Amino acid sequence: MPGKLKAKIVAGRHLPVMDRASDLTDAFVEVKFGNTTFKTDVYPKSLNPQWNSEWFKFEVDDEDLQDEPLQITVLDHDTYSANDAIGKVYIDIDPLLCSEAATVISGWLPIYDTIHGIRGEINVLVKVDLFNDLNRFRQSSCGVKFFCTTSIPRCYRAVMVHGFVEELVVNEDPEYQWIDRIRTPRASNEARQRLIFLMSGELQRKIGLKVLEMGGNAVVGYLQCFDLEGESGLVVRAIGTACTLEKISTFPATATHPNNSSPSKDMKDSPQAAPSTLGCRSTHSSPVHSASSRLSQGFSVSVPTLLFAGMGSGGSAGKEAGPLKALLRQQTQSALEQREYPFFTLTAFPPGFLLHVGGVVSARSVKLLDRIHNPDEPETRDAWWEEIRQEIKSHAKALGCHAVVGYSESTSICEEVCILSASGTAAVLSSRFMQDGPLDTEHRLSRQPLCVFSTGSERVEGDMGSSASLGFEEVVSPGCGFCHIPYDELNIPFPAQLTYCYCCRRYKVPDVLFTTIDLPTEANVTGKGCLIQARLCRTKKKAQGEGNATAISSLLPFLEYELHTQLMNKLKLRGMNALFGLRIQISVGETMLLGLASATGVYLTALPSPGGIQIAGKTPSDITYEQHISTMQKKINDTIDKNKELYEINPPEVVEEIIGSPIPEPRQRSRLFRSHSESSDEVSELDLSHGKKDAFVLEIDDTDAVEDIHALLTDSPTPAGFYSCNTEIMPGIQNWTSAIQMFTSVRVFRLNANLTNQGLNKIFSDLCENLLKSLYFKLRSMVPCCLCHLNFTVAIPEDELIQVAVTAVAMSFDKEQPLENGKQSGEKTLIKAITENDEQLQFNLELNAETSSHNPLSSPKGLSEVGSHLSARASSLEKASPLPEGRSRSLRSNRSYSGSSVAVVKMTPLSFIPGAKIIKYLGIINMFFIRETSSLREEGGVSGFLHTFIAEVFAMVRAHVAALGGNAVVSYSMKECVFMENPNKNQAQCLINVSGDAVIFVRESELESTSVQTQSATTHTSNGGEGT
Amino acid sequence: MSVELDVFVGNTTIMDKEVYQLWLNGYTVNDAVKVRIEGGVMEECEASAEVLLSDTMDQYRTFQMCERLLHHPAKLANQLLFQIPPDRQAMLIERYYAFDDSFVREVLGKKLSKGTKKDLDDVSIKTGITLKSCRRQFDNFKRVFKVVEELKGPLVENIRQHFLLPDQLARDYAAIVFFANHRFETGKKKLQYLTFQDFAFCAGQLINNWTVGAVGKTNNMMEDMDVDLDKEFLQDLKDLKILITDKDLLDQHKNLVCTALRGKTNVFNEMEANFKNLSRGLVNIAAKLINAKDVRDFFIDLVEKFIEPCRSDKLTSIDVNLYLTHYTNSAHILDTFKHHAVWTRYMGVIKSCILRMYHD
Repeated sequence: MPGKLKAKIVAGRHLPVMDRASDLTDAFVEVKFGNTTFKTDVYPKSLNPQWNSEWFKFEVDDEDLQDEPLQITVLDHDTYSANDAIGKVYIDIDPLLCSEAATVISGWLPIYDTIHGIRGEINVLVKVDLFNDLNRFRQSSCGVKFFCTTSIPRCYRAVMVHGFVEELVVNEDPEYQWIDRIRTPRASNEARQRLIFLMSGELQRKIGLKVLEMGGNAVVGYLQCFDLEGESGLVVRAIGTACTLEKISTFPATATHPNNSSPSKDMKDSPQAAPSTLGCRSTHSSPVHSASSRLSQGFSVSVPTLLFAGMGSGGSAGKEAGPLKALLRQQTQSALEQREYPFFTLTAFPPGFLLHVGGVVSARSVKLLDRIHNPDEPETRDAWWEEIRQEIKSHAKALGCHAVVGYSESTSICEEVCILSASGTAAVLSSRFMQDGPLDTEHRLSRQPLCVFSTGSERVEGDMGSSASLGFEEVVSPGCGFCHIPYDELNIPFPAQLTYCYCCRRYKVPDVLFTTIDLPTEANVTGKGCLIQARLCRTKKKAQGEGNATAISSLLPFLEYELHTQLMNKLKLRGMNALFGLRIQISVGETMLLGLASATGVYLTALPSPGGIQIAGKTPSDITYEQHISTMQKKINDTIDKNKELYEINPPEVVEEIIGSPIPEPRQRSRLFRSHSESSDEVSELDLSHGKKDAFVLEIDDTDAVEDIHALLTDSPTPAGFYSCNTEIMPGIQNWTSAIQMFTSVRVFRLNANLTNQGLNKIFSDLCENLLKSLYFKLRSMVPCCLCHLNFTVAIPEDELIQVAVTAVAMSFDKEQPLENGKQSGEKTLIKAITENDEQLQFNLELNAETSSHNPLSSPKGLSEVGSHLSARASSLEKASPLPEGRSRSLRSNRSYSGSSVAVVKMTPLSFIPGAKIIKYLGIINMFFIRETSSLREEGGVSGFLHTFIAEVFAMVRAHVAALGGNAVVSYSMKECVFMENPNKNQAQCLINVSGDAVIFVRESELESTSVQTQSATTHTSNGGEGT
Repeated sequence: MSVELDVFVGNTTIMDKEVYQLWLNGYTVNDAVKVRIEGGVMEECEASAEVLLSDTMDQYRTFQMCERLLHHPAKLANQLLFQIPPDRQAMLIERYYAFDDSFVREVLGKKLSKGTKKDLDDVSIKTGITLKSCRRQFDNFKRVFKVVEELKGPLVENIRQHFLLPDQLARDYAAIVFFANHRFETGKKKLQYLTFQDFAFCAGQLINNWTVGAVGKTNNMMEDMDVDLDKEFLQDLKDLKILITDKDLLDQHKNLVCTALRGKTNVFNEMEANFKNLSRGLVNIAAKLINAKDVRDFFIDLVEKFIEPCRSDKLTSIDVNLYLTHYTNSAHILDTFKHHAVWTRYMGVIKSCILRMYHD
């Protein structure tokens, strides 16, 4: 009996009138967990009932605690007929299972009904008493922390990054079960909501188990998605990065002397810390370290065969269950474990972790959905993803990289066709944070430095000349190191123009760099960045089944190619040379495909200045035509100059070499991207037919090129005072004020039938542009400000409908503050990072020394030890930092006493809050809601309906965070917004899935003063300017 | 090709003051967009008409969603749906409950009934205020009326607490409620020159001095209401009739007043000539107040019986003040006049009301 869940129903308020006669309600509450239900007394004739119930106690397995939500139903008692349900509250109790997260859930939570929306609020208290379970066969994974944040959470330090974890569970979708024909829409919606709650709980538990197995204690960059496959079922899948995290004491006094015992204990806990980690440590001493990175170049020697194999398999555009190439299968069959994938969902890294970046790798696959026959063995879906991951892995290898960072997966479903996509950035990582799983082939390979080095060294030295001294990398500044190519120069897997790094002049860099990660904080950047989008629409014929899948498969490479060309052109137009946070979304509909690529363009100082764009005509004899071309050319050149000014791109000294010739030399082309992001044979053929040798010479005769130029010039610049990016931080802006505004905007556009591709493109592009313009207008009061983490999602909810949803945060910054200040703070953080880094290193050494004494993996005892140690350590850590605890407690009491006012909860898609310090992570927020109406007109039409629903979702997220004792949600994202309407029937339905990390933050200014009085003041203000 | 759906939801609800005012004024979305374009916001922010339309629609929708909460302002503070900073909440409430003086002049003293609401289109045409705005204002009056009707305790305080209104606005609402409750006649032609603020001032005087609550402040707070006039007081007012019915007393009073005024004003002769007339007018008003029907005519009576005669005699407000001061004080010196308390309570209000109303 490992857990006791206790719940108390305190009161309700703002309840709806359920009895028309008396204008009042006789409310009571059912509290359900698993199969046990308790009821409160009926509180008669009140809209603000005070139940003040006893503690309802559920004695349950911790496995159930992880899977099941606590379900609270508020009902109206009716003597003569059935009791009417007012609404429900689902409470995810997972945050209570981790001793480092929240300890109690207490507060006003909205009562939600899928038909009527929010109907009043209920005040509840929920607690969990956990007993330690020493059973090593247990199926639960309580205590593993989950973070949506795709970097190491702010108040933790990474002791070890274990690697990729993934899991998926499938079930029948209740909406498509036979019983749905006879039950009410409400019952059906609730069945669905509950099922998804259960499935995500189960998924999280299973992932947690994998993490424990790997010896970690947390999942960072946890990304959970739903695939509503309709008839064929419901898939919930998740990926993440397993880590061993350790809490950093918030207060300087303790931070200087961290409890030295805890990290070493940590290591004892992780069973897989094999003695071989010793080797890992030794790589830090200079010569071997560089060897290990050189190794990756040696790697690529063997790569071409692999790459070939991957491509030969028919690539991503395979038919259903397209067979993997035998070679790949052999390779993976031996140990087809998840750790086989050296993938990381992180987008930002501890300093020193990311050594080199190769480029974007992506893979797509078109599948036909069929019914999932046995939900317990979701083999087909697993196999599909496995196939894609293998491909990603081989692409990364082709780029001379042993890891993929910034990794994500997504799907787009239309009827029975499903496009699976995965993308990431091939990279070379330092082995510092990685451990030697004996099963982990990938890493083992990278840890055979001696032999590989010996074969590769000769060539390397040849390339680099005499400068290639081994200790070299150590001197390389962190600001450019990651740009240096990881692949072998003689075996470049694609044609790229290499030059010596413009920072250190010692290593080769590509001319353009595309990545899916955030801009590393230490990167040397010239000027500011900006959001760059490529948008594309392609019509396709209506088709069924296999024919449809094939048609889509053959369209995909073109789509992707054109998106890349657009991106590249727009990048050049802005005078920039690198893209970060690249996210390409392809959405499939019955009669069209939509492609939207978003990224943040920057000018990396280390990379060469980009050439301009040259337009060439095919028929040079015509004079008027030439004139036309030259005016176009002038326009483009002017735009480039204007952009350079706008984004303050004036690279030092090197400029002379390039300036004056906006026309690129013919060799300044880059196909870096498409050649590795597309893996099918068609693509390479396509390259030849369209590329005309020079990607940046746009031929005007080509209709595509006309379109490209048009697209280039129609993008309107952001209005004065605004900047935008889709990454976490904006280079060149540091002095953020505390004013932030998170928002979600959704637009649905109805198209006319029979549009040409070009017409469609224009409409789609205008739709996105207008949406951005609207955002700028709405947020004009925040100027100067930057829209960060602009995350666009497109969908084709119906034929002739395009849906675009944006979630982002607008952050004001201080323009007046002199630049130097910004620099200083930048330096400060850098120094901080470095010291942190040193500490990490130190721990790592200690850990290794400690663990080398025994290898617990072999002993079954090891596992059980993990559990007990984990919890023991967790509690000791809690004790070690009593201040934040006290803070949260006073926060809570403050809230409950102040009664009527509502605490302000900040929301942001970023992992941080400007000007504030996150002192505690309270747990993951992962909520799924369905809303349906059969009185659409009365609710203000589709816009009114969705507006209300989104506002309700925000309200519920805020309420749950506040109930956990938090005052903000970071890394917030709306992962799903499925909207369906039937105006003729006056009906609409919408599903929304949101997630994020609940946290407690305090303003930095308040942190600095440490006296007791200020502490109370802090709780006051961090509660926000709450109502009077 | 059309935008089918277009929403924007911020974690902190974004509300533009200017658009809010346009919404409150009852402008349609299209009219509001026109006004905004004329206001030059487009050039300022490099926006297009399309963007402006989208923004206006979105704001209007937000306001409509908030309106339900604004009907019970206390709910705005502890609702969870919209995260609105407290200063914004106060602004929303204050502006929602603000009203046009020209509108309130039309309905002041009328029964806040469905019938009156039906006539609002006439009011709208007359005042140039949109029907929508008229309805909002009317509904606000009615809502406040209904809520305070059932409450005990001081009227202004009740309104302020229940509707979270700033002090001045709460006083104005108290006046409106008070007028509606007693159905004071304010629409007659002779009263047209009076502004709402004149009436509101008078209402304040009446509430503070003549209601049950005015005395109740010292003794039984619990049962009191500020809305109703003190019946006992009204009864006692009848006793003042002696000032005009007793010929000796009337003459005596006149002599005292005239003695005091002599030489202090240019219009002494007119005052002397009119004394009996004016005194009869004021005392008759007092005596009639016991009848609810005559209460309604309180203001018209004041104008007809006192203000108009004074005005035709070209008295300045300084003269009126002088006259009323001595008129009030002299009564206390009369030997046979015993009703000093009632007289003071009555004349205090009458004097300040008349002085307020004595303008062009």
